[in-house]
Amino acid sequence: MESEVLVVDDSAAIRKILQRVLRQTGMAIRTIHEAGDGQEALAVLGAQKVDLVLSDINMPRMDGLQLLASIKASAQWRQIPVVMITTEGGETKVSEAVKLGAAGYVRKPFTADQIKEKLAGFLEPGLPL
Amino acid sequence: MNLHPIIVNSISQSTGQVFSTMLGVEISPGESSIENSMPSANDGVVSFIGLAGAWAGTGSLSCSPVLACRICASMLMCEANAVNEEVLDTVAELTNMIIGSVKTDLEEHLGPLGLSIPTVVYGRNFRAKSAGSTEWIAVRFHWDEETLLVKLCLEPKDRAAHVLFHTQSAQSCALEV
Repeated sequence: MESEVLVVDDSAAIRKILQRVLRQTGMAIRTIHEAGDGQEALAVLGAQKVDLVLSDINMPRMDGLQLLASIKASAQWRQIPVVMITTEGGETKVSEAVKLGAAGYVRKPFTADQIKEKLAGFLEPGLPL
Repeated sequence: MNLHPIIVNSISQSTGQVFSTMLGVEISPGESSIENSMPSANDGVVSFIGLAGAWAGTGSLSCSPVLACRICASMLMCEANAVNEEVLDTVAELTNMIIGSVKTDLEEHLGPLGLSIPTVVYGRNFRAKSAGSTEWIAVRFHWDEETLLVKLCLEPKDRAAHVLFHTQSAQSCALEV
C-alpha cells in the first residue's frame, strides 16, 4: 500500500532534499506533503490522511516538539509515527522527543541511506522498477 | 578554559562533514584567525544564527554570491545562476547545520545551549557587528577559487548581545533580508 508522508521543515531547501531522498528510497510513497512549521502541519493533518510525519525540531511559530505533543494528544492522530530530523545533537531535545512519543530521529546532516534505514519500519517497499 | 582550539576544531570538522554529506564535496579548512576589529564592508551573502544559554553569541557564514549559488546547486541538485530565495534558504540551512553541530560539541564544555532561527543578508557594502562582543573566531574554507568564512563569537551570557548591522556612511548600501 502506498503511503502519504508529511515533511515538516521551515527550510524549503531541506523539504526539497527530503522530497528527492524519499523518492530515491524506493519506498511505496504516493504523495509527499509539505509544511513550513507545526501549525501548517496540523492544517495538513486536518485536511487529509497522513501515514508518516517527518519533522524538524527547530522551527518558528510552532516547533517540532510542540507539533509532536499535539499529534500524540490527539485520538485521531496519535497512531501516526513521527520521526524527528534535527541539528539538535544534544541529548536534551532528543530525549524530550522520545518522551513525547517520537518514533525515532535523524540528525542533520543526513544521508539518503540514513533516511531509508530510519523509515524502513514505517513504509512498505515499492515495486521494483 | 581556552575555547579557541575547541571552536576551531569543531568548526573545521562540522563544516567538512556537512559539505561531505549534504553536497558531496570534500572541503578542507584553511587558515583560522581571531578577528577583533570592526569588520570591513561586505559584498555578498552573510548568515547569522544565535546561540543562547550560560554562554551566548552568534555563528556566521559568509561567502560571495557565486559561491552561494554553487552551494545551492550542489545541495539541491539544481541550477542556481543568481541569488534568489532558494539560494538564501540553502545558505541559512547550511548555517543551521554547521553551527548546530558546533553547538552540540560546545555543550560538552559549556552546558546546554539554544539555537535560534538563522537570518540571511544579501547585499553590497554593508557591515555586521555583534554588539558587546569584540572577538570572532574565524575559519576559512576554500572551494577552488572561492572562500567560505565560518565565524563564531561566544562569551558568558551577561556580556553577550545581538548582531547589529551598520552601513558605511556616505556610500550606497543595498540590503535584502
